[in-house]
Amino acid sequence: MLSIKNLHARIEEKEILRGINLDIKAGEVHAIMGPNGSGKSTLASVLAGRQEYEVTNGSVEFLGKDLLELSPEERAGEGIFLAFQYPVEIPGLTTTNFVKTAVNEVRKYRGQEAYDAVQFLKLMKEKMALMEINQSLLSRSLNEGFSGGEKKRNEIFQMAMLDPKLAILDETDSGLDIDAIRIVSNGVNKLRNKDNAVLVVTHYQRLLDYIVPDFVHVLYNGRIVKSGTKELALELEERGYDFIKNEVGQEA
Amino acid sequence: MNTIETIKERYQQLQSSNGHSVLTPIEQDAFKTFNTLGIPTVKHEEWKYTRISSVFNKEYAFNPEAVSYSIGQTDLDPIRFPGYEQANELVFINGLYSSELSTIRSENLTVISLEEATRNEYRDLVLQHLGHSSKYIKDGLNALNTAFAAEGVFIHVKKGNIVEHPVYIYNIVDARTNNILSQPRTLVYLAQNAQVMFAETYATFGPSESFVNQVTEVVVEQDGSLEYYRIQNDAAHANQVNTTHIRQLGKSLVNTVTISLDGGIVRNNLNIAMEAEHSESHFYGLYFLKGNTHVDNHTVVDNVKPHCESNELYKGVVDDNATAVFNGKIFVQKDAQKTNAYQSNKNLLLSDNASVNTKPQLEIYADDVKCSHGCTVGQLDEEGLFYMRSRGISERAAKSLLIHAFAVDILEHIKPEKVREYVDQLIAERLGVELE
Repeated sequence: MLSIKNLHARIEEKEILRGINLDIKAGEVHAIMGPNGSGKSTLASVLAGRQEYEVTNGSVEFLGKDLLELSPEERAGEGIFLAFQYPVEIPGLTTTNFVKTAVNEVRKYRGQEAYDAVQFLKLMKEKMALMEINQSLLSRSLNEGFSGGEKKRNEIFQMAMLDPKLAILDETDSGLDIDAIRIVSNGVNKLRNKDNAVLVVTHYQRLLDYIVPDFVHVLYNGRIVKSGTKELALELEERGYDFIKNEVGQEA
Repeated sequence: MNTIETIKERYQQLQSSNGHSVLTPIEQDAFKTFNTLGIPTVKHEEWKYTRISSVFNKEYAFNPEAVSYSIGQTDLDPIRFPGYEQANELVFINGLYSSELSTIRSENLTVISLEEATRNEYRDLVLQHLGHSSKYIKDGLNALNTAFAAEGVFIHVKKGNIVEHPVYIYNIVDARTNNILSQPRTLVYLAQNAQVMFAETYATFGPSESFVNQVTEVVVEQDGSLEYYRIQNDAAHANQVNTTHIRQLGKSLVNTVTISLDGGIVRNNLNIAMEAEHSESHFYGLYFLKGNTHVDNHTVVDNVKPHCESNELYKGVVDDNATAVFNGKIFVQKDAQKTNAYQSNKNLLLSDNASVNTKPQLEIYADDVKCSHGCTVGQLDEEGLFYMRSRGISERAAKSLLIHAFAVDILEHIKPEKVREYVDQLIAERLGVELE
């Protein structure tokens, strides 16, 4: 589904990604872990099309298309979804109106008819139940005054509404207590199927107790320096990132 | 003949033909003031950013009685507010009130000429209140309007009465053959415990330029409630200076919203004199400008008595080569203890050539008050744009939604649903977005 080859990216003059290689197939869950500043969030941002980052080398293919050629909205149309680490507050725009616009723009991109009010409401009710999110939250301005947990639940609700092929969760656990992590993770797990994939970007192992990965990759200094299965995450949790730094240091 | 000469000629004609009225001395004084002060230039501190003198350099006809009688009810249709079938409609053509085109549905609403008002029981009210705005607006344009005050109208709402139907005011300038100067003048009096809602708009017919120099003075007595909504969406060759001067003489409530969407040079003076304890006023504005439109909002809140509260929020979205000015003054006089006065001006600049000059001012002479003021000038939030685009929303639609979201908290203060939806629709059309 997603094939990243030798990806280099920088922001202003600073090179952050220095040759990422990663393949994700449908039905898989991948986790990217790494110490602060290793480039985790940059990778998530580059995949979603954030413009501050300049890709200087390498390629990203998504479902047979050159992802790097597409605008952020086209990527969403193709099926990429980024759950933000810091969801943006937009006073004056209700969550419902925002999601309705997004769903219909994506449907338009995919050559589908826009939902009318009745169809949209039906879909929304269904996903609200799935995500354990209530109507009053959706009637409020987008993310404005939401708690950390509410913001992240809202992200996953949007994911449910847009039904992406590849969901990228950028530090979705940051700032959440255990109960909120459980609710958010349950939401993600309910959306998983054989045709979609999830890329979890996280600093801590604890989220992976709930969203269990098939593969774990350790990012350090802009490269994936170690890949393994979910046991690698437990090892990192136990030994800290220093052992990775030491291993890499020795190789160098 | 230049416009100043045209004005002088018409003034002489009116003075010699009208005979003597109690308004004559007021007009004569004002005309003297106009001759002394002239049209304000950018050297005048209050006109630093609005070059109104350039508008006056053109030639305007100023002969409202020569109004083309070809304007009929159907010509009004494009500018009518929704719900007009149930509303009082006041129509001004080239600045003169047209009783033929106007419809008064509320029995407790009196609309007569100021001249007529001075010949009946309203005489004292008129003499007491007409021209009070000149205490705050000391410039030649205010005086110029007053010099022709007898042609204006007096609107009266009886004590204890609620005008249930809204009052819609349409200012039409027939500029199909000439540039036209028009000077609507209105004095509104809300007696004790009276309530009324006004919505006002402007339309220039024809390709020639219009200049509207308008003065509206409003007096609100004890327990009165005034809502005043002004929508400016006229053509790019339509210029206007309007002064709305509101006095709260008894504990009362005032809510105003000024929406400026299109026009040439537009200057709005809004004064609220809070002259009674425990009064409350809210005034909001939205200017959403494109092309070469210039909109200047000058507001004054004068807290004269204690325990009053005022909230002011003006928001601007400025695109293309448009320019905006905001100048907000809050005065808190020595006796006005326990005043709560808040003021804020927020601007979004959408293009490199758009500009805004904003100047919030506080002058406080009391020592136990809560006041705040502030202003911001910024651009559309890049992070917000990316967030929306990452959800599949096109860049254009995302920008439109962000602008609409920015404007929406002003629209919420337009209480009558029909007027609010009307304005929201104008904005949505401009943005090309669909409303829920």
